[in-house]
Amino acid sequence: MSNYNNEMVEKFRGNFLKEVEANVEEGDWVKMCMQCGVCSGSCPLGPHWEHPPQEIFMLIRANKREEVLNSSSMWMCTSCYNCIARCPRGLPITHIMHGLATYAKRLGLAPKQQATAKFAQLFWDNLVKTGRVNELKLGLSLYFMNGIGEGIKTSLKMKDIGLGMLKTKRMSPMEMLGGHGCKDAKGLHAILKKAKEIEEAKIGIHGA
Amino acid sequence: MADAKIGAYICKGCGLGERLETKQLVTIATREGKAGVAKEHDFLCSAAGVEMIQNDINNEGVNRVVIAACSRRAKTEAFAFDGEITLSRVNLREGVIWVRPDTDEARETTEEMAADYVRMGCAEAKYMTPPASAQEKGSNNHLLVVGGGMSGMTAAIEAAKAGYPVTIVEKTGALGGAAANFYKRIPDRSPYAEPMDTGIDAMIKTIEADAKISVKLNSTITKTSGAPGSFSADITTESGATSTENFGAIIMASGFKSYDMNLLPELGGGKSPDVVDQMGLEKLAKAANGGAIKRPSDGREIKKVIFVQCAGQRSEKEGHLSYCSGHCCSTSIKQAMYFKDQNPDIETDILFTDLRTPGAPGEDFYRSGQEKGITFRKGVVSDVSPAGGSLKVKFKDLILNEEISDEADLVVLATGQVANAGVDIEAVKQDEPGEWKVNADSILNMNYRQGKDLPHLKHGFNDSHFICFPYETRRTGIYTCGPVRRPMDIQQAIEDATGAALKAIQAMENAQLGRAAHPRSGDLSYPSFRKEGCTQCKRCTVECPFGAIDEDERRYPVFNESRCRRCGTCMGACPVRVISFENYSVETVGQQLKAVDMPDEFSEKPRILVLACENDAYPALDMAAQQGMQYSAFTRVIPVRCLGSVNTIWITDALNSGYDGAILMGCQKGDNYQCHFVKGSELAHMRMSKIDDTLKTLNLEQERVATYEVAITDIKRAPQLIEDMAATIEKIGMSPFKF
Ligand code: SF4
Ligand code: SF4
Ligand code: SF4
Ligand code: SF4
Repeated sequence: MSNYNNEMVEKFRGNFLKEVEANVEEGDWVKMCMQCGVCSGSCPLGPHWEHPPQEIFMLIRANKREEVLNSSSMWMCTSCYNCIARCPRGLPITHIMHGLATYAKRLGLAPKQQATAKFAQLFWDNLVKTGRVNELKLGLSLYFMNGIGEGIKTSLKMKDIGLGMLKTKRMSPMEMLGGHGCKDAKGLHAILKKAKEIEEAKIGIHGA
Repeated sequence: MADAKIGAYICKGCGLGERLETKQLVTIATREGKAGVAKEHDFLCSAAGVEMIQNDINNEGVNRVVIAACSRRAKTEAFAFDGEITLSRVNLREGVIWVRPDTDEARETTEEMAADYVRMGCAEAKYMTPPASAQEKGSNNHLLVVGGGMSGMTAAIEAAKAGYPVTIVEKTGALGGAAANFYKRIPDRSPYAEPMDTGIDAMIKTIEADAKISVKLNSTITKTSGAPGSFSADITTESGATSTENFGAIIMASGFKSYDMNLLPELGGGKSPDVVDQMGLEKLAKAANGGAIKRPSDGREIKKVIFVQCAGQRSEKEGHLSYCSGHCCSTSIKQAMYFKDQNPDIETDILFTDLRTPGAPGEDFYRSGQEKGITFRKGVVSDVSPAGGSLKVKFKDLILNEEISDEADLVVLATGQVANAGVDIEAVKQDEPGEWKVNADSILNMNYRQGKDLPHLKHGFNDSHFICFPYETRRTGIYTCGPVRRPMDIQQAIEDATGAALKAIQAMENAQLGRAAHPRSGDLSYPSFRKEGCTQCKRCTVECPFGAIDEDERRYPVFNESRCRRCGTCMGACPVRVISFENYSVETVGQQLKAVDMPDEFSEKPRILVLACENDAYPALDMAAQQGMQYSAFTRVIPVRCLGSVNTIWITDALNSGYDGAILMGCQKGDNYQCHFVKGSELAHMRMSKIDDTLKTLNLEQERVATYEVAITDIKRAPQLIEDMAATIEKIGMSPFKF
């Protein structure tokens, strides 16, 4: 993976904007930002970001590759779409945030202990297994994400909600044993594999 | 001329008949107003009503028409009569019934208000004479354009297209001006994405092929005299040969020069040939003609260019320009495109604090620049200096809040436009009469008493009624266009020049008919002055906002009718009151305010005189009436041409004859003036600041006289100001000067 990172560094030689345009979903739009700051002002989480969207775009144009890709910022995006709705230049900001996050992860540069990044991985792993989300397992793995002690504490805290969900049949204890899935999980795996191949070929990951 | 005969006509339409005793008003017009004919009519502005009046003019000898109906601003077309007459409008609708409640208690005072206005209308009529057009009529319709750049050429082409002969006088050896050095210009049409051809060559060809346009190169104006329709200009060539030619109007399009970048050493100005201003870059691009632009210092290939916006502009630093030149952000985008279009790998960074791209192309052009990969960074540059064969640029990135040091092969400074606006007549001493000399720094070298060039307003740009009538200068028949008025780009200069050509044509045509130009367009009256009474105090010659009055060797004023805008400022200025118009004079207003019936001190019926500028304050009061607002029934409003025409004798007379308060309403003054006559309101405010002495001698309270700036939009405020005065009078009591 860091091999891929080196390749990209080599390939784009200090032109991070070009790299983003080539490898990040909707990255083409980054140059169109006019630095008005409306996105940063609209983001409900803006004040908590290391670099709000406007700054991320400026950092990209200022060639600050590490600073952007190591940042926890884009992982903070909750997909509320406030910024997209308001950006006078029509940048698909939300999508670019997710694009950057994905790209950073591919390069192995995403922050290791970032909570949303971790959750995203758990969610993905859970989902692809059977093609359906297993709420029980996902919930538990989420609680135990940061160790056993914290896991038990959170589980106890969430106990009432869990029981309520069982009672209203929103969740089944049987899920623990395997759980429901889509009709053709194998077929799904094949589709995902193909998709991965296509995408990696597009952004130049060789034999990953 | 036939004897004066007043015909007073009272309208009963629009509810006037129901609210007012019109019969009584007819009696007042006859008995007190001495009207030879006085009639009421159900519907005065109808064909029948108008015919009745026209009939009296034609057959009864009526030549002073008094119409007591709606505001003078309404039904002007209906009440346009044939014949040598004067017209007075008594405002019973907007001025009386609409501003008073329809109640029994209010009836008496409303009736008194109407009666007074009828008396005033008749008094005015008695002292007016029908204006004959000015004796001084110009007949020349040849346009002089000073400056052969984009603006001047456009004005010439447009005027020639409209059928008028034009002479362009250009200081340099070629037409084209600043834009002749441009490689390309900012696009003027959708999709506003690519720089386009300047079109200069085509314009020069058009001018050369047009028999109506003659061009004098290497020439300047060494003397301008005369008035609209009859200007005379000395055109002097480099070698000193002078020819005198006559013109009907003049357009001054002397353009701009770039701010001197050598004054910006901190930005590298003058420190390296690789630091250029925008004009410098145009020259490089023009020389490259689509090929690679080379570094001026060593001819090397350019890999990175940094554009520094607002270089020495929008800055309060000593010696910098405090204004925004408006075009330079778009110009830098255009220039960065020169590089990107030739080789997309060249890095082009534009460092700005606020990117401003006004005008139609603005946003689209900016976006096109971004699409082409120009980098825009919000940052303030602190230092540009040569270092090891390239340039080091230090700046603070305002988004990342970080000091940055960058390198570039070429730096372009976006310096501003400085107007070629001639000498500042307020700063240089004027020549004594008879000792007039050419000034090499002057553009027009006018022999006017007030100075050789058009007055400046702010920042060295020519004054051109910036807010309301941008083409109007303060010298009638002489118009400015392009960057002498304010900073602008090519597109704006073209539009500006087209407008100026139109105004110049209008001025020439009006001059031929002996009529006023803007804003009293078509007015036939003009100021006349009684020389015997004149004390040569020079107030009129100094205060005329339009430089219309010269002085002879003995310091007597010499009026130039065609230059006059008929504002009456001279009339207001004259301490011995020898200046007047046929239909507007110290008497026509003075007699109106004296015609008002003055109840005694114990009547509890005060009188408030309002002198309201007919352009803004009076319409504001009319509109207030239309919107159902009310004001005191003790108010008597007299419209004036301009507050500048208010002679302080009117105020003194009003106070002496028992008015309890006087309000003057004029337009906004100062640098952001809205006064139609530029200086009128300001001068009136100045004069009125001295009225306190008069009040003191009369032993009256200062609050009894108030002067305000009122805009046409002050619909709520204008009546409120009257109400405030009414309240003040209630507080301080009635004037003891009632007779
Ligand atoms: S709102 Fe749009 S244009 Fe403004 S800073 Fe954010 S991304 Fe840029
Ligand atoms: S979509 Fe993401 S980046 Fe945009 S405002 Fe919402 S949370 Fe912020
Ligand atoms: S147009 Fe742009 S560069 Fe020029 S003064 Fe205005 S803001 Fe500065
Ligand atoms: S002050 Fe006004 S009215 Fe008097 S000469 Fe000048 S322009 Fe004419």
